[in-house]
Amino acid sequence: MATNGKSNGKPKGNGQWVGKRFKRKEDPRLVRGISHYTDDIKLPRLAHCVFVRSPHAHARIVSINTDAARSHPGVLAVVTSSDLESLGMIPCAMQMPDLKIPPHPALAKGRVRYVGEPVAAVVAEDPYTARDAAEMVAVDYEPLPVVLDMEKALEKDSALIYQDFGTNKAFTHAMKSGDIEAAYKKADRVVKVRLLNQRVAPTAMEPRAIVAEYLPGENRLTIWASTQIPHLLKTQVALMVGLPETAVRVIAPEVGGGFGSKLNVYAEDGVVPWLSIKLGRPIKWTETRRESLLVTIHGRDTINYLELPLKKDGTILGLRAKILADMGAYHQLLTPLIPQLTALMLPGCYKIPAFDCEIVGVFTNKMSTDAYRGAGRPEAAYDIERLMDCAARELNTDPAKFRSKNFPQPKEFPYTTAAGLTYDSANYQQSLKRALQLAGYDKLRARQAAGRKQGKYYGIGMSTYVEICAIGPSAATPAGGWESGTVRIEPTGKVTVLTGASPHGQGQETTFAQLVADQFGISPEDITVIHGDTLAVPYGIGTFGSRGTAVGGTAIYYAVQKLKTKIAALAAHLLGAKPDQIVIANGRVGVKGNPKKSMAWGELVLSAYTARSIPAGFEPGMEATHFFEPSNFTFPFGTHICAVEVDAETGETKIEKYVAVDDCGNVINPLLVDGQVHGGIAQGLSQAMYEEMVYNEDGQPVTGSLMDYAVPKALHIPEFILDRTVTPTPVNPMGVKGVGEAGTIASTPCVVNAVCDALAPLGVNNIDMPLKPERVWRAIATATPPAAVTATKSSARTARRTA
Amino acid sequence: MKKNVRIVINGAEHRAEVEPRLLLVHFLREVAGLTGTHIGCETSLCGACTVLLDGMAVKSCTVLAVQADGRSVTTIEGLAQENLHPIQEAFWEEHGLQCGYCTPGMILCAHDLLQQNASPTEEEIRDGIGGNLCRCTGYQHIVNAVKAASRKMNQRQRAAARAAD
Repeated sequence: MATNGKSNGKPKGNGQWVGKRFKRKEDPRLVRGISHYTDDIKLPRLAHCVFVRSPHAHARIVSINTDAARSHPGVLAVVTSSDLESLGMIPCAMQMPDLKIPPHPALAKGRVRYVGEPVAAVVAEDPYTARDAAEMVAVDYEPLPVVLDMEKALEKDSALIYQDFGTNKAFTHAMKSGDIEAAYKKADRVVKVRLLNQRVAPTAMEPRAIVAEYLPGENRLTIWASTQIPHLLKTQVALMVGLPETAVRVIAPEVGGGFGSKLNVYAEDGVVPWLSIKLGRPIKWTETRRESLLVTIHGRDTINYLELPLKKDGTILGLRAKILADMGAYHQLLTPLIPQLTALMLPGCYKIPAFDCEIVGVFTNKMSTDAYRGAGRPEAAYDIERLMDCAARELNTDPAKFRSKNFPQPKEFPYTTAAGLTYDSANYQQSLKRALQLAGYDKLRARQAAGRKQGKYYGIGMSTYVEICAIGPSAATPAGGWESGTVRIEPTGKVTVLTGASPHGQGQETTFAQLVADQFGISPEDITVIHGDTLAVPYGIGTFGSRGTAVGGTAIYYAVQKLKTKIAALAAHLLGAKPDQIVIANGRVGVKGNPKKSMAWGELVLSAYTARSIPAGFEPGMEATHFFEPSNFTFPFGTHICAVEVDAETGETKIEKYVAVDDCGNVINPLLVDGQVHGGIAQGLSQAMYEEMVYNEDGQPVTGSLMDYAVPKALHIPEFILDRTVTPTPVNPMGVKGVGEAGTIASTPCVVNAVCDALAPLGVNNIDMPLKPERVWRAIATATPPAAVTATKSSARTARRTA
Repeated sequence: MKKNVRIVINGAEHRAEVEPRLLLVHFLREVAGLTGTHIGCETSLCGACTVLLDGMAVKSCTVLAVQADGRSVTTIEGLAQENLHPIQEAFWEEHGLQCGYCTPGMILCAHDLLQQNASPTEEEIRDGIGGNLCRCTGYQHIVNAVKAASRKMNQRQRAAARAAD
């Protein structure tokens, strides 16, 4: 069970619901299986689409013969790129001075550049027939040299993915502050490490799906899609298919997880609506799991060269980084943005006087990378937190003390980092202290020391992470960083909340209801939160970047304040008082200090609609909308500690303890925050231990099924011990920071640090993820033990011989 | 080539003429119109499509509809009577779900586990749900939910036994 030792830090308000472990309003329909995901949508005359995909990583398309497929009974259409001239390109939202954006047609034109790239689309009366016909499409390919390794891709004699660019480099981006040369001159030591952050697949349990229905009479295209960004998708699809945006409605019904992978506009999102318009039939496409692993965006995939000049007393003088980031073959919506977030967060929670970072984006013959839970920040945390452990080891100092020495003090906030960000609020010392206590750090170290004498390899890893959330100020985002919130008090007193955020598992139908309930003094049961329908909800941005509550929730908070002002004006008029005397609580609206002068909530609200007696200038009705533009990001932080035992003979790692102390500011629903942290840790830990999207030398993904791609099972994940500190943010009035990605960001370096710490006596400094037993064993087998350690050395030799 | 099948789903009989290759999960979703059974991988690895076939948990993406001919299937829609089943209650109370996509399969898998072992240990639970993947929860709240469900079901059984005495 999670422990919650500290106060949960309730935001201001009546406080009856906010801060409570309140059961989710979403769940009764979900546990009964009576809710609807996109693939559950049924429409009369629904036809089904299947894509023909490239089996080659890089090839010229010589010819495509669709005759057999077209004449197969039940087939309605077979289309290739030559049929799709009127369909726009797949969008990339990024703009940067030297960014190369290759044309990205929805169906491959002339060349294919990664395995799984769609080449043709088949529409049939039923999905089985569509699959049969897809197999009848004959494509003649002429294979081309494949570009896979980023470092080789940048060499002069490398094959090129885009001849026109003359290079496989997609962009370079530099970030500098302070005097890095001086840092090196002053340094007693420079700690250097090369870290690989492997490619992983987001793997939401619900694969992507889209249903499109075009009604020519109404000129209305309705799209049901498994998406995190219904409004942005609406705009982009309208542009792609050439309809006015007013003719397009996007509905995100239940969405079975996203983790960033559904924060995108994919080929299928253009082709399926286009086909519906052309054929006059509603059309559905549902991704298979194999397609999901091949052609839904991947995450991470960076090579990181890091250097940390420091003094021997442990003072950090500077940080230099060169990062190669694999874009894949094309840019999806935010592909080039992700490594920029890495650069921005690279200094972590440390005082670093000089910073020199260069990122190079590289094209390869693989699926695009893009936002996967954490999106660039897990890579940053991995770099800096691994580097901190390497440095502590080199200085022969305790990693907790070394970190603590380089933290800014709480009174230094807002704190401007070496990367130029202004961190809102933090107390890193408190979080570290609490985590060390909760983990029983001293005892763990004592056990480690004792174990080492007996040839046992216990390791303790930590990460004191900070993340950038509540994305974000619009000036710093590609497509607007605000969010909309509408609150409508219906004539009966029930409340409808419309949010531009688009939750897909986060539970904001519940947390937003809690927040509004306290403000109005009513029950969350009387509040319904509507999201994910562009016809019902004012334009919004969506759910990603741990922004739902901090930005979307704040928009609702402000809309509520507008209504409270209105309620006070009306109640003052009806009760014969001044607006500032009006109190809203416990289902009543009354005059402060005068219990006789009050009205039932419903009665007051109804009088705003009947409008028979309203103050001069009062606008009837009870609805308000607010578009909230945040003044800054928020920067949640925390400390995770993990204790492992590594079997040096088999390379197997057992996670014995995992402690997480997170600080996401004020908490609206601790139960849901625990759930977010658990799930986040599991994903980050799984990157450390199990997951890797592997391409072979021909560019074939060999982890194309759940048999090969290691999504962890229950037995692979330990129990987590949680606690929180509460440092509210000044960026929004509720003091909430965001928590959706914290666990993912913190846990990856924490676990790898623990394993490397365990194997320190054997001379293992670094192991590239995932830490599969075979890899750990190899690292042990090839390491040179430091000469000083004798007892452990002999047992390691035994291990090598045995294995 | 088509075959006639008769499958009892949640107590109601469904007859249809189907292709022999039709998967049970597609029969449930497309023929019977019960979309609570989800498809996550089509290869019996994720468990989202788990249903009870004659009371035993099976992955309905790797059972053919013709194999279920004459047999009885319980889907998530058939688990609750008027009130939620104790396992459903426990998943709600313990926050054992986030996106909800794996939930029907996870609940029916837990049902099978608790039929075989009314009071599983944490390790037995983690092992017992090993054929079902969840990407949202990190499993901890699911494990808590199965423990809570076990307590509820055992209590209710004891209460029922006392009432019968």
